[in-house]
Amino acid sequence: MGTELLLFYAFAAVAVGASVLVVARPHPMHSVLMLIVAFAALAALYIQLHAPFAAVIQIIIYAGAIMVLFLFVVMLLNARQEEAPAPGTLLVRGPLRSGALLAAVLVAELAWALDAAQGSDDGLLAGGAGADPASLGSVRELGRVLFTDYMFAFEVTSILIIVAMVGAVVLAKREL
Amino acid sequence: MVPLDHYLALSGVLFAIGVAGVFLRRNLIAILLSIEVMLNAANLAFIAFGRTLGTVDGQIIMFFVVTVAAAEAAVGLAIVIALFRHRESLNPDLFTSLKW
Repeated sequence: MGTELLLFYAFAAVAVGASVLVVARPHPMHSVLMLIVAFAALAALYIQLHAPFAAVIQIIIYAGAIMVLFLFVVMLLNARQEEAPAPGTLLVRGPLRSGALLAAVLVAELAWALDAAQGSDDGLLAGGAGADPASLGSVRELGRVLFTDYMFAFEVTSILIIVAMVGAVVLAKREL
Repeated sequence: MVPLDHYLALSGVLFAIGVAGVFLRRNLIAILLSIEVMLNAANLAFIAFGRTLGTVDGQIIMFFVVTVAAAEAAVGLAIVIALFRHRESLNPDLFTSLKW
């Protein structure tokens, strides 16, 4: 097993373990901190995928800005440990059965899709083999594509951010 | 190079964990955090596909997803604050006035 694969498994284990703890810890503060650990592991995986700029974005914007916003709200509202659900409300027979059926269908579908992807992997790789991995992660190339091919989406994003800003201010205002 | 299906499997597992969080948690902030886990699973799949196809498009879509996640977090947390002011609670089971 190569070093690359070993590193992938290490970071994947950290990401999955931290994500499980995000869901499993009853205190929201622990959940936020565990999510930051998961983001750091994912950033390491992005570096392995030759996407260093995406990794930096992940750390600065996700772990740095968005998670601080979450932490701020957790402390502002003094969020406590959530109360355990009343016994018998979590696992109801009927919905449990139909839910298990849907989950089984989804797992079968995903396994089939992964199997198909494995077959076409070589073909995809042949297309990508010509690209230089250094230019793939370069900020110059990213900026060029972002401001030419994705110009319209970029402009729409700015409108989205303005709407979100106004919406957040209006919603959090005292007299609603 | 790590094969593509490894990343896709990891992405699927992370997404499933996020879905489980949305269904199981009884705290509005924890539900928003689970949604962030799902968005990150999608990001990982996008970047892995972009790397495999040899284009930067996957990374650019990841930037847009991050922007949308930031907007969603801002609006979502504002709604959580407004709801908390009304009921002094973060339990989603209490907010059922629109339930049919």
